[in-house]
Amino acid sequence: MDLKQIYREIVNEHNLHPGHREELIRPRYTQRGVNPTCGDDITLQLELDDGDTITEAAFSGSGCAVSQASTDIMLDMIIGHSRQEALEIVDIFMSMVRGEASEEEIESLEEAAALQDVAHMPARAKCATLAWHTLRKTLSDE
Amino acid sequence: MDIKRIREDFPILKDPDYIYFDNAATSQRPAAVLKAVEDFYRTTNANPLRGLYEWSIGATEAYEGAREKVASFLGAADASEIIFTRNTTEAINLVAYSWGLQNLGSGDEIAVTVMEHHSNLLPWQMVADKTGAQLVFMEPDEEGRLGDEQLDRITEKTRLVAVGMVSNVLGVSNPIGQIIARAHEKGALVLVDAAQGAPHHRIDVQKADMDFCAVSGHKMLAPFGIGALYVKKKILEQMPPFLLGGEMIEYVTRESATYAQLPHKFEAGTVNAAGAVGMAAAIDYLEEVGFDAIREQEKKLTRILYDGMKTMKHITLYGPSDPDKSSGIVTFNIEGCHPHDVASVMDSEKICIRAGHHCAQPLMQYLNVNATARASLYFYNTEEEAERFVEKLSLVRSWLGYQD
Repeated sequence: MDLKQIYREIVNEHNLHPGHREELIRPRYTQRGVNPTCGDDITLQLELDDGDTITEAAFSGSGCAVSQASTDIMLDMIIGHSRQEALEIVDIFMSMVRGEASEEEIESLEEAAALQDVAHMPARAKCATLAWHTLRKTLSDE
Repeated sequence: MDIKRIREDFPILKDPDYIYFDNAATSQRPAAVLKAVEDFYRTTNANPLRGLYEWSIGATEAYEGAREKVASFLGAADASEIIFTRNTTEAINLVAYSWGLQNLGSGDEIAVTVMEHHSNLLPWQMVADKTGAQLVFMEPDEEGRLGDEQLDRITEKTRLVAVGMVSNVLGVSNPIGQIIARAHEKGALVLVDAAQGAPHHRIDVQKADMDFCAVSGHKMLAPFGIGALYVKKKILEQMPPFLLGGEMIEYVTRESATYAQLPHKFEAGTVNAAGAVGMAAAIDYLEEVGFDAIREQEKKLTRILYDGMKTMKHITLYGPSDPDKSSGIVTFNIEGCHPHDVASVMDSEKICIRAGHHCAQPLMQYLNVNATARASLYFYNTEEEAERFVEKLSLVRSWLGYQD
């Protein structure tokens, strides 16, 4: 897909009108993720219930449109999923970035699949994956 | 200047749709430079400075001839004042390790500007850390100017002023003449980081009375991996070697060594002779075009960018408001658009610009921005390119989802 089309169809909307840019009160997890070279800086907040299901998710921070949109899209996807399911989604996203995911797997990523091409741009892969790395760290830290 | 003929000299510029506006990062190379490097390897390649046979003598002559060329390009009194390095960074590190660690101590001050590229800051942070000397910062106004009150930070305590000739972000030329006069009056030496200056402006180290001057070949049409350091002879003679090893010795025993004469004392190991030859060819090319013509073309193009960008309401320009003062460097931000997104969508239009902190994080902090976008021009860029850049830039906000 042409880069400007990716922005137009997916990135701009989530960057300019993010659904999850908010602050949770006393969430179970707060985790910051930073790309030191380009300055992308996000903080994820996650609330999980007793059954380890993600009930609420939010983010704050600043950075390029790709990093911020990717975060918002990711949070859309994982709310309502268990910790284990969310980690599996992260794994599929990462294997898509590496070019190793099957078509079926990519399809399962829904909106996040649209980030495939931008995640393959050497200069932008870090922007696209920051949120996902940060989420994996958050959920694996127990 | 016949821009069409100039463009034909640069093999990489054959696609008229591809616009290279990242010249402050590295320049492109004319065929004459590529050929000089190839000819060296094809006809006289051998390890210079030691051989007793024709090829090695030829390599030595080519290498030392390049040194003469650089010396005359920078206006040095003697070729032995020119040390070949990999680049400006290595040249400044040489001065920091060799001169700085020997000569500075507690109570001394090193004056720099907040505009410095990291390569002219981190070596001095290291020297300050190891010797107890203090770093002092001069700060520019909104136009990128260093006012007199900033130059007052050069005092009797100052032992060295390390300053960029041209800021790689603001494009502004620092008042090198005033700085040198003030520093010398106070008994301090001056290092000029001319990485961004040398490609655009005639340098005369003697006339300007510089003590140290560092340049990178790759920003002025020469190959990667070759740069030069000028050091005034009477200072150089007092400096210990930077790196130790082959080619820099006179006599070596099991326990000790005496070092070679200048400048070879500072060029340990096998040298980049082909790079030096390429740098000499680059200087020939620049001299033939001439700095007056180079500046004229850069100014013409920069004005097109400024005129176009000033009419766009969401653009902030950093640096001098007079395009003639910017050395072809145009740094900016578009409101609501991260520079990386700007650079990516411009890339999808085949326009190469830089985005980020430009190895000048303290300046970004001073300007209170995380990052900026930068278009940097050189004399082989064209008016059509400048116009197309302006046209495409005006669409960036809409590409990134804004209505206006």
